[in-house]
Amino acid sequence: MDTHAHDRRRFLAIGAALAATPLLSACGAGFGGDDDKGDGSAADDITGSFDWKREQGTTVKALLNKHPYTDALIADLKSFTEQTGIKVEYDVFPEDNYFDKLTVDLSSGRASYDVFMLGAYMVWQYGPPGWLEDLGPWMANSSATGDDWDQADFFPNLLQADQWSLEAGAPLGQGGQYALPWGWETNVVAYNTDVFGRLGLKPAETFDELQELAEAIKRKAPGAGFDGMYGIAVRGSRSWATIHPGFMTMYARNGLKDFTVDGEKLTPAMNTPEAVAFTEDWAGMVKRGGPPSWTSYTWYQCSSDLGAKKAGMLFDADTAAYFQAVEGASPASGKIAFHPGPKGPDGSLATNMWIWSLGMNAKSKRKSASWLFLQWATGKEHLRKGAITHNHIDPVRKSVSQDPAYKDKMKNLPGFIETFETVVDQTKIQFTPQAQFFDATTSWASALQEIYGGAGAKSVLDGLAGDLADKVG
Amino acid sequence: MRLALRPYLLIVPALLLTCGILYPFGLGLYYTLFDFSASKPQPDMVRFENYETVFTQEAFWNSAWVTVLYAVGAAAVETVLGVAVALLLHRSSLVGRVLEKILILPLMIAPVIAAIIWKLMLQPSVGVVNYLLRPFGLGDVQWTDTPTGALLSSIAVDVWVYTPFVAILALAGLRSLPTSPFEAAAVDGAGWWYTFRRLTLPMLWPYVLVAVIFRFMDSLKVFDIIYALTEGGPGDSTVVLQIRAYLEAIRFQRYSFGISYTIVLWAVVYLAAMVLVRHLGRIQRKAAEVR
Repeated sequence: MDTHAHDRRRFLAIGAALAATPLLSACGAGFGGDDDKGDGSAADDITGSFDWKREQGTTVKALLNKHPYTDALIADLKSFTEQTGIKVEYDVFPEDNYFDKLTVDLSSGRASYDVFMLGAYMVWQYGPPGWLEDLGPWMANSSATGDDWDQADFFPNLLQADQWSLEAGAPLGQGGQYALPWGWETNVVAYNTDVFGRLGLKPAETFDELQELAEAIKRKAPGAGFDGMYGIAVRGSRSWATIHPGFMTMYARNGLKDFTVDGEKLTPAMNTPEAVAFTEDWAGMVKRGGPPSWTSYTWYQCSSDLGAKKAGMLFDADTAAYFQAVEGASPASGKIAFHPGPKGPDGSLATNMWIWSLGMNAKSKRKSASWLFLQWATGKEHLRKGAITHNHIDPVRKSVSQDPAYKDKMKNLPGFIETFETVVDQTKIQFTPQAQFFDATTSWASALQEIYGGAGAKSVLDGLAGDLADKVG
Repeated sequence: MRLALRPYLLIVPALLLTCGILYPFGLGLYYTLFDFSASKPQPDMVRFENYETVFTQEAFWNSAWVTVLYAVGAAAVETVLGVAVALLLHRSSLVGRVLEKILILPLMIAPVIAAIIWKLMLQPSVGVVNYLLRPFGLGDVQWTDTPTGALLSSIAVDVWVYTPFVAILALAGLRSLPTSPFEAAAVDGAGWWYTFRRLTLPMLWPYVLVAVIFRFMDSLKVFDIIYALTEGGPGDSTVVLQIRAYLEAIRFQRYSFGISYTIVLWAVVYLAAMVLVRHLGRIQRKAAEVR
């Protein structure tokens, strides 16, 4: 008998068993989620009088997206540390990777970051698994929140945008406050005043006019001294981000919905005859008056084309035009004006918004210090400073938007303040809140690309609606 | 005693490595049996339902088809071009040695960076490619705006990055071939084409096949080049299996479903590799006979 071989076999068997042990135990331990949510909020532990120095010596970790608003925050962080004795460590990621990084980090269940930037749409994805701290109890606790924070000073539609009951289809503005508005963007039309002046054009008041304008600029601008200029820059990449700015704004102004809600049942409505006609028109406008290689267009390309005098108009976030319009920022700076954009058939200026919010990790071990940071970052003093001395424009607070110094700073941009004031009350999230938002909008962008490529709008949108009905309904 | 333990100690690194590979793989496989997603962190066992859904989805078959087209297209073009370049460089000269150094440059760039560079170069209005084509009346090509264009552009970037890899392998093979059969053929008055077909290619095949195996398997798993260049668009025209898996697991947070896609992809790559490696064995035996 070959005992040596026998021993080796036994050794390998034991090794294999040892290797399998963690696998089996991991299987038995279940998945990433846990049940340690509890019923109470950590905010309830904060008692006594409000004190900015309460968490002195603590370090808060923040995950931030590379953005001019972030630059304004980082530039002022020293004030926060001086005021509270809390140090802030942060990582900044470019937008292309930012949300994947945040998603992976939150889903891992670790508390690598205590606070982070997010959009209201992310609340629909991160809220249901319990990754976001409900900030409502913190806001309501006068021991945790200073009097000067002044909740009533926020534009109400912005505060409501981050508030949700976590139930698909339920309107925003109810349930937990899962993030705080910090900076936002409204979607309007920005245009090159030079080309408009030379061609004798006026900003479009209807969608039909916008389509004609886009086509006319593409046709006439190159002959009028604007070499290579096309009509209108709008996003086109295969991403959820293509749907939410200009497209969703115009879609909503036409009275169209993404889903109809009946109790808890959501039915896709992107394929109603009106929605099909609108989508066809939008794709046609892009084809006749939009950028070449539109299917790769993100906000970076749209914004830089306006700045480089490649685009006559931009229908996107006002900030995307603002960063090109400020003095010395681009060849077109000083020549960019703002307009609310075309109205719907009934005169609607319903506008979709993007809102940069700040949220807290539900797993954070430093919630009290994190709340002080959120309070400071969304407070009047910092936001006023950010708006006036940096580029943190589109104030989330009424007091900042009315501040004479802010108005004075923005008055050099033709139409900016007027446009902002015209649309601010009509700007809200025009999507139906639901957890499959990113799947739905990515597929929607893909459908839009197919229609742009020549596929029949009805069949493509019927296919999209059918696919989404199973996932969302 | 010390002698008896030594063999077991020697396999410890390999054992640890195996566990490091098997653990996440086994866990992933296990997760595919549940409906684990962000909205359902405590999921139910659904057994093979995720796989059933994958295989009954039109999106999967579209992705599978695109993946195969991409992998076959990229591997084929890279092989032909790589061997051709190697044959050109095989004649040792100063120019050849300089070209060899230049040839290796694309391999030193991360594929995702290469894709971004090419995205800028293929940009219709300001990209250098259309600028160069303009004198020939071809300056308005929308490279990635059509389904076919996007797929071909992605393959072209892959070819740009990886052809040097095939060329270097083939060149190494050419330089290791024995000289005597070629001398004998020359004495017999054999032409270039005859020598290439009857001698060079059969002896070179094992090297070429190794390159094909690497490139085909890598192309089946492609993510970076396509995602940076087209994000899977326009429409679903360049959504390969890896991109679909990424979207499902990371972007849409349907973890089990996303992993099911990767497991299916793993099975495809494994089977393809097995077939190709077996074929490689036969080719090597034939090459030895020619020698």
